[in-house]
Order: sequence, then C-alpha cells, then structure tokens
Amino acid sequence: MSSSDEPHADALLSIRKLTKLFGSFAACNEINLDIQPGEIHALLGENGAGKSTLVKMLFGVLEPTTGQIIWEGNPVSISSPRSARHLGVGMVFQHFSLFEALTVAENIALSLDDRIPIAKIAEETVALSQAYGLPLDPHAQVADLSVGERQRIEIVRVLLQNPKLIILDEPTSVLTPQEADRLFETLFKLRAEGRSVLYISHRLEEVQRICDRATVLRHGKVTGACEPRQETTGSLARMMVGSDVASIRHDDRREKGKIQLEIAGLSAPARTPFAISLKDVSLRVRTGEILAIAGVAGNGQGELFDVISGEFPVPVDDLIDICGEMIGTQGINARRLLGAGFVPEERHGHAAVTGMSLSDNLVLARSQSDAKAFLGGGFLNIIRRGVVKQAAKRISAEMDVRKSGEDPNAGSLSGGNLQKFIVGRELDRQPTVLVVNQPTWGVDAGAASRIRQAIVDLARNGSAVLVISQDLDEIFEVATDIAVISDGRLSAAYPAREMTREKIGLLMGGTHGTTTEAEPAHAH
Amino acid sequence: MRIELEKRRNVSKLFGFVSPLLALLLTLSAGAIMFLFLGKAPLDSLYALLVEPLFDPWSLNELARKAGPLILIAVGLSVCYRSNNWNIGAEGQYSVGAIFGSIIPVYFYGWSSPMVLPLMLLMGAIGGGLFAAIPALLKTHFNTNEILTSLMLTYMAQLLLDWITRGPWRNPDGHGFYGTRDFTPDQTLPPIWDDAISAHWGFIFAVIAAILIWFMMRYTLKGFEVVVLGHSERAGRFAGFSPKKMVWFAFILSGALAGLAGISEVSGSVGHLQPDISPGYGFTAIIVAYLGRLNPLGIIASGLVLALTYIGGEAAQLSIGVSEKVTRVFQGFLLFFVLSCDTLITYQIRIVWSRVRRKAGATA
Repeated sequence: MSSSDEPHADALLSIRKLTKLFGSFAACNEINLDIQPGEIHALLGENGAGKSTLVKMLFGVLEPTTGQIIWEGNPVSISSPRSARHLGVGMVFQHFSLFEALTVAENIALSLDDRIPIAKIAEETVALSQAYGLPLDPHAQVADLSVGERQRIEIVRVLLQNPKLIILDEPTSVLTPQEADRLFETLFKLRAEGRSVLYISHRLEEVQRICDRATVLRHGKVTGACEPRQETTGSLARMMVGSDVASIRHDDRREKGKIQLEIAGLSAPARTPFAISLKDVSLRVRTGEILAIAGVAGNGQGELFDVISGEFPVPVDDLIDICGEMIGTQGINARRLLGAGFVPEERHGHAAVTGMSLSDNLVLARSQSDAKAFLGGGFLNIIRRGVVKQAAKRISAEMDVRKSGEDPNAGSLSGGNLQKFIVGRELDRQPTVLVVNQPTWGVDAGAASRIRQAIVDLARNGSAVLVISQDLDEIFEVATDIAVISDGRLSAAYPAREMTREKIGLLMGGTHGTTTEAEPAHAH
Repeated sequence: MRIELEKRRNVSKLFGFVSPLLALLLTLSAGAIMFLFLGKAPLDSLYALLVEPLFDPWSLNELARKAGPLILIAVGLSVCYRSNNWNIGAEGQYSVGAIFGSIIPVYFYGWSSPMVLPLMLLMGAIGGGLFAAIPALLKTHFNTNEILTSLMLTYMAQLLLDWITRGPWRNPDGHGFYGTRDFTPDQTLPPIWDDAISAHWGFIFAVIAAILIWFMMRYTLKGFEVVVLGHSERAGRFAGFSPKKMVWFAFILSGALAGLAGISEVSGSVGHLQPDISPGYGFTAIIVAYLGRLNPLGIIASGLVLALTYIGGEAAQLSIGVSEKVTRVFQGFLLFFVLSCDTLITYQIRIVWSRVRRKAGATA
C-alpha cells in the first residue's frame, strides 16, 4: 500500500520519493510515507536513520533535494516552519525552546506569528488544557515547572494553531510513566477529533501500545511499513537496526564487594536560582554493583553529578569517598587519578567540545589520568597527538563508533555515535568507579544496547558503577540496586529485583523513607 | 521585514582561507572610492599610501618599528580572545607598562649597568600584567563584564600617563616640553643591527613572542586548555581546567605583552616618557589579531599590513595631501571587511518578507 508510488487518495499527507542529499550523502533516500487523517503514525529508526531530516523537511526547516510532498491531495512545497504551520503542521521538539524566566502564557505568545494579547492567550491556554487533559497554569513561571509541564506548554503552543498533523519528537524520553500515560490520553483525544499524529520514537513498547501504523527507517531508507500491534518488539527492532538487538546479559549472583564510592549526608546549596539544592544525600556503591538513580529530569541529577565528579567540589573532604580516599574538596582530575571515570549528561559542550576532533576530546577527559602516555616534553606538557590518535582509534573500534573520517570533529557524529565514544573514552581506562548521567539519552536502540552492555560488563569485571537515568527501561535493564531522586533528596537504595515501576513512581513523587515493603539494600 | 543570519550548512574551506585576502581587496576598493570622492586619483593615491613606503629603506625600518608593538599586543590578545576573555584595554596596559618600565630611568637616572635595560623591560611587562589583572579580578570576583572594565581602565591609564609626565616626572630642564628626561644609552633599546637595520629590538621581541605563543597554542596542554575553555566553560571544567584561573592567565599574559610593547616603544623609539606614546596601538592590535585570524603567525603578517597603513598615512599627508585620519579610516574599513567576510563565510543573510510569505503559505 504505502510502497506504491501513487499517492494515496484519501491520505492527509503523502510523501513520494523524498530525498535529501548532503553533498553525496543521502540522509533520506526516496522515502514514501502516507499518513491518514485520524491516525497515530510511528516513525521508528535509530539515530542517524534520517528521522530528523525527514521531519525537518516536513516542517519546512530543510528543503528536499528531490521528491514530492502531497498535502490533502495537492503537491506543496514547505519553505519555512511558518508555512508549515499555515498548512496545518505543528511540531513538538525533543528539546524545548522555552524561556525559564517568563510565564507559560508569555512563552506561548512568543511562538505565535500574530500579535495576540497575553490575557487572551491565557484564556485559550486554560480552555485547551482542560479540553485535552493538559493541566497548565498560564501564569506560572516556566522555571518552576516540571519537564512534563514544560512539554505541555509546547503541545498547547502547537494546538493553538489548530493543526491537522502534529509531529512529536521522542516525547516520552523525559517523562515519568504516569506523565507518559497522561500524554497518551491527550494523543487519543486528538486522534478522536480526526487529527493525525506523527510519533517519533525508538521505544518499541510504546509504539506498539499507542500507534496505529508505523514506518521504519534505516540508513535513510524505508525498511518497513507495518501495523505495530501485529509485530513483536523483536521484529520491529530488526527492521530498525537490521539485526537482532542484543538483550542485556546480567549476572545476579555476586559477592558483596568493597565500597568504592560513598557519599555520606551531603547537602549542597543551589548554585543558581534555577538549580536544585541537594539535601542530605547518602549513597554507597560497591565493587560489582550498578546503583541506578531514577528520577524525573530537573530533580537534582545534574547537581549530584557535579559534586560527585568534582567539577563543583564540596567544602568538606569527608562527604565523598572514592576508592577509600576522602576527596570532597578535590577537583575532577584528582578523582580520576584515584580511578574514577565520569560521563556527564550533556554531550555537546560538556562531555565533548563539538568543534574539536575526537582525539582532542580524548585529551579533554584524560589529560591528567593518562599524562604519562599523552603528554611529553617535561613541564611544557606537549600533547603527543600521534599517541592520542591511536588511542582514539582504539576506542572507536572497540565501541563501533561510526564516523565520517579518520579523526572528525565531535559535532559531526550522530548523538549515538558520539555517546559511544564518550562512554568508550572512560571504559578504555577500566575505571574502578564509573559515574554516568543519562547514559543513553537521545541515543538510538543499537547504540543504547551497546552502551548498557558495556556498563554491565564493567561492573561484572569488578568496578562500581553509578548510573543516573530517567529511563526506567534502562534502569531495570542494567541496575543491581535502585534509588530515586526527587527534589534533591535521594531515597534509600533497594535491590532492583524488589523494585517495581509503581514504587519508583511513588518515590519520584517524593514519598521518602516511609515505605517498609522492601529492605534497603544497604541497611546497617 | 527582517534580516536573519542563518548558519551555512557547508562552510567553504577555500573561502575560509582566502577570507582575509578578500577583506584586503574590499578595503582597497572602498579606499579607492573614498579617494575618488576626495577628488584624488584613486590608483595613484593607493599606490602612494600602500606601495611606495615598501621601496624606501627608511620606511621599511619604520614599518618594523610600528609592527613591533602591534604584533606583540595582538599575540597576547589572541590568547585572550581564544579563551573567550575580551580584553579591550590593551592600550591602557601598554601605557602602564611604559610608566612602570620608566621607573628605573626616572628614579635611578645615573645607574649604569647592563642590567638596566632587561630590568626596565621586565618592569614594563609586570606593570602591564598588573594593570590587566584589575579587570581579571573584577571578572572573577564580581562577575563584572571585562569588556567595559578593561576599556574604561584604558582612559584611567592614559590620564595617569598624562598627569605623571606633566607633573611629578616632568623633566626640569625640558624648556616647557612635557615628558621625562631623555633616556641614557643604557636605558635605550638598541637597533637590531646598528646601521643596517635601525629598527629597534621590539620587532624581534614581537616575532619571538608570536612563535612562542604559536607553539604553546598548537602543541601544549596549556594551549589546549585555552581553546577548550574558549569553546565551552562547562567542558573545560569537565577536563579539570579552572575557568577563573584562565581569566587570570589570559589577562595577565596579554597585559604583560602589551606592557612590554609599551616600554619597548618608549625606550626604543621615543627616548623618554611623554604624554603621547601611542597612535592607538592597543586598539589597532584588535584588528591585527582578527585579521591574523587569532593565529600568532598570521598576526605577524597582519601586523605588518596594519603598520603599513600607519606609515602610508604619514607619507600620504605629504605626497597626496590628505589628512592623517585616512589611516584610521583604512583601519576601520579593514576591521569591518574582515569581520563581515568571516561572518558571511559561516552565515548567510536571509531577508524575511513576512507579509509576502504569509500569503504564500496560505495559498500553497
């Protein structure tokens, strides 16, 4: 049906042989796609499969090289987001573009093409949010809102334009299970009104649950068009990555090892008005353990990472113990020298400098821990580019980092490949302690599975691993123990097999320390 | 209607390379048009301004004298700018360097020793470095915008120089001229090669500084630190580099080089400290740094180009009878075209006619 080159008669949107070339590289290669009125259509694919390029062409951000876009039976050319909006296409991006210091209504006003008084926008916002089950206070300041609420602003923004097609890019990657359920109900309401949704995701369970049809992309080509409910997650994954995704091998029989990372009653004030303060956080990670910290974004994960990594040390040594040394006041490199490795959440401009080559980005994290190998010339500290390049090559090969040249800029890699490099950069050192914040955020299924397996293997070989993640599937896949962070407070840690999604959901809501259903993993 | 700058997807490597040359060409064209409006023959005027000085040995020496401070200052600024610290006050650091370096000739006038000159140069560098440490202190402790503080401090430095040379340090035997006593031979920076090359050692210092800084930026961890922190403070912190220490390093280094330029100029060219010791080297060096694409070796070339506009401007007053302001205009053209070329190579201009587009969108 959708493989035919004839546009589908009653489709809302048909794409025929849509191709986008960057130089000689085809990011999208003769893509056909039909979206019917009133359906939720999934667009599945790994990072770098061409999903974003396709969507950007539909939203007028990129111009197709060749091919046709047919909207309600008429060929159209979409030259800008504005003209896309006028056609009736709305888009909710994965990364929100909101001003934290402004209110909800003010943020919505900024996105509208026409000048409408704020009061009227507030009214419409309330009306829309009631109609679609998107509770939202138009006068609240965005800085005070949760990620779920921020996403609702983006959705309301789109709905104000009364769109016929709504594109959602990885909408649930930042939500709690409860928030995701709420979003799905909104989507069902939209579908019932005859609107169509193009739902971009790599979460197969979710796609099976809510999508009527799915189009799968791989390497810029359509590799499958199906009804996801008729498929298994395995068959969908095969279409996506071209081979079976390795499921994570776990080894639950283990000895209680030595404590390698310990935080004892750490509190830290918020550094900025929009940051979260940490309140009496304690945790312990032993050899062979993977402690996962679940939580909704913006509950102190970044702040916790900053103090553990030593990018922002704390005033007292005793609060943080890495490999038996009290190092609370010391910087990140002192902690690396003790055998710790760190992977921050943000790839661009934190874990890596996008404008620098991969080998330079290797120096970034390991200039001190590998000073003997990487630096020469005595006090001059001359960087040995040859040695570093060899090491970068080794890491790329080990983690299967796909890149365009010998030593390309970090910014030219897709998110998944850059993340594989950043994680591989630490694993290559065989760290005794590894702290990872959102290991697979915005990363495709193939790369995510590889990264998770690498983390599990590292722990099995005797390292202590702390994973901070919003992704519950990921947490249940890798963790031996689970704790939950909420508003800067960390719950006790429980063995993973005793944890359920519901219980994590409750802890995310901030019910701490009252539960007695499970023994804390490290009760003493 | 509004004008937007849109990032180009494919940035041409070739144009990235020829951009400074393109800017030079555009400057020449704009200059020719200016001369046309002034009623001068454009080509002859350009020739007199920019080519003639190159055939005259005296002018070549003069070129080296002028290029010296420009290169020395610009090399320091390039480190500052690449680390994302915006020192606009090199002119002030230059003046304070000249004052500090002159302490020995003023207070120990009769002291004769081979140590005198090296000490003066050292004092000059220390003075410039200390003066540049003020905006660094303000930035690291009070989060003050260094562009404003460093610029404002320039005026303070110039007033200090003015007061000190007209007041406490004024030569009692100066017959109404403002300035200190003339420096003795011990206090004078000698020519590079006695009679053959009369330009003083300031130019050599500049070239050595450029090569050293180039080496640092290209090969050492310190240079890497500068670039990383310039790209992203967060990534720098992750690497274990301290953004605050980098502010100090960048400011003190560039201040010290500007101070060294100041004392070299006073000791090598002027011969005493006086109220007017710079035709705006500290500001022109910003153009030099950018025309050299913040690369120390490129800065040697661009320093010579900008020095030529100074020499040519002086010569043009006589030969074609235009104001010495022509120099400033040329420098302005050059900065404008350098920045525009660099911008247009990475960005493209898009004019958005909102009304028209809305219609097009509605009917599509």
